Amino acid sequence: MKHYSAFAVAREALRYHTGWERAWRSPEPKKRYDAIIVGAGGHGLATAYYLGKNYGIQNVAVIEKGWLGGGNTGRNTTIIRSNYLQDPSAAIYEKARGLYEDLSQDLNYNIMFSPRGVMMLAQTQHEIRGYQRTSHANALQGVKTEWITPERVKELVPIINLDGPRYPVLGALWQERGGTARHDAVAWGYARACSAMGMDIIQQCEVTGVRSRDGRVVGVDTTKGAIDCDKLGIVVAGHSGQLAEMAGFRLPLEAIALQALVSEPIKPCMDVVVMANTVHGYMSQSDKGEMVIGGGTDGFNNYTQRGSFHHIEETVRALVETFPMISRLKMLRQWGGIVDMTGDRSPILSKTPLQGCFINGGWGTGGFKAIPGSGWGMAQLMATGHSPLTEAFSLDRFKEGRFIDESVAAGVAH
Amino acid sequence: MLILNCPYCGVDAEETELAAGGEAHLKRFGPGSSEDEFHDYLFMRENPKGVHFERWRHANGCGKWFHAARCTQTLEVFGTYSAQTTEPPQEIKDAITAKRPGWTWRNLS
Repeated sequence: MKHYSAFAVAREALRYHTGWERAWRSPEPKKRYDAIIVGAGGHGLATAYYLGKNYGIQNVAVIEKGWLGGGNTGRNTTIIRSNYLQDPSAAIYEKARGLYEDLSQDLNYNIMFSPRGVMMLAQTQHEIRGYQRTSHANALQGVKTEWITPERVKELVPIINLDGPRYPVLGALWQERGGTARHDAVAWGYARACSAMGMDIIQQCEVTGVRSRDGRVVGVDTTKGAIDCDKLGIVVAGHSGQLAEMAGFRLPLEAIALQALVSEPIKPCMDVVVMANTVHGYMSQSDKGEMVIGGGTDGFNNYTQRGSFHHIEETVRALVETFPMISRLKMLRQWGGIVDMTGDRSPILSKTPLQGCFINGGWGTGGFKAIPGSGWGMAQLMATGHSPLTEAFSLDRFKEGRFIDESVAAGVAH
Repeated sequence: MLILNCPYCGVDAEETELAAGGEAHLKRFGPGSSEDEFHDYLFMRENPKGVHFERWRHANGCGKWFHAARCTQTLEVFGTYSAQTTEPPQEIKDAITAKRPGWTWRNLS
């Protein structure tokens, strides 16, 4: 792998950019790998990367049905924060946020991490109490957040309307080191680093079956033939249920559609991320100037990668109340992703009933921010059989009543 | 936009009139059941990419609960039927078979 640097850009400029090489190889699958990861999204690639980097397991294949980073990694609103209420959530999301800080240097790939600050508006008395509680919990967890007044909100976000028609802004939970990153670059950067370690990223190769012997995984069947492995990681978000069925177990997950949209590009007007959970919408401004907008999920099972129009309408209505200046903005694009939701709205990172087979899924509507932490924990779990980061997110927590209830703690925009 | 015909009031109700109620035909396990049964009843849900049976409520209409058979991959609706039944009627199953030969859902087919 050629190192990316200012010097490399200058060198290539002098020879008409003829020396750039492909960022990752696209090899044919080998007969056997030490570990196979199914799903080349952010979480899958990060898992492979930390398997190689932290545990020296480099005979790894990442198998992808479509193209890498083409699922929810390329469909989210790129928000990074770790202001969660429950300890296990705060631990894994803060690990991820911390890794994002110098991920560009680590991967030698500019992921454009922008710690511009994330603000979650409190617009009811209930929300004030909730967010103050979260900020106190965060103080104990070592996550830096603070409760700020409406005046400070207005100072940070001059375009906000504090006295909206339905819900006034009463304050906010503020995480200064939260922000955004370039979502595609996260997948591309991990892919390039994995490929440089000698890992095989096999795109357009669908897993059609999971092979096992005596209750232990021995390989997978794919559209490019059978591949043997010692360990298997299933990291496929919306299609976790299908893969689990092939492996012979069930997951407490349901797949639903979550939508996002972006406006036409405008001049810089908001340099923080604002989430308004009571009126149900959140917004940030991309480096290109587009307002990136997200809202709620549909309430029913859906695999179509498109959502219901009335949800967009509700989201935009809420944001126009909060930011009156966007009322004349045209929307450029709208899209949907399939998110896998668990009962307690927290992910599953776990061993499975099939030995040697591990699952990482159920991230629901909030997976992007967790990518490095999730990969770090999942790699530790796959390599050593135990990880303090993932312990609380095991599959048996439902039977044992150990929920990590972020459905209440995180509100709606999660 | 999803449009379901309410089997009670006969209205073709669009999504904003309806409230989704999750998986249909769940068998309740309460006191006296095993841990596994109670766990499955509370948390395990069918999550098919294809034919699915669900409960819906005509919330901003007649207010009644009913059942719908639907494809989660195409959003095609195969039919709606009464809530007062523990499994889909034969004509709904036939309607699905006509469009999705070989379909299965739990122990139905």
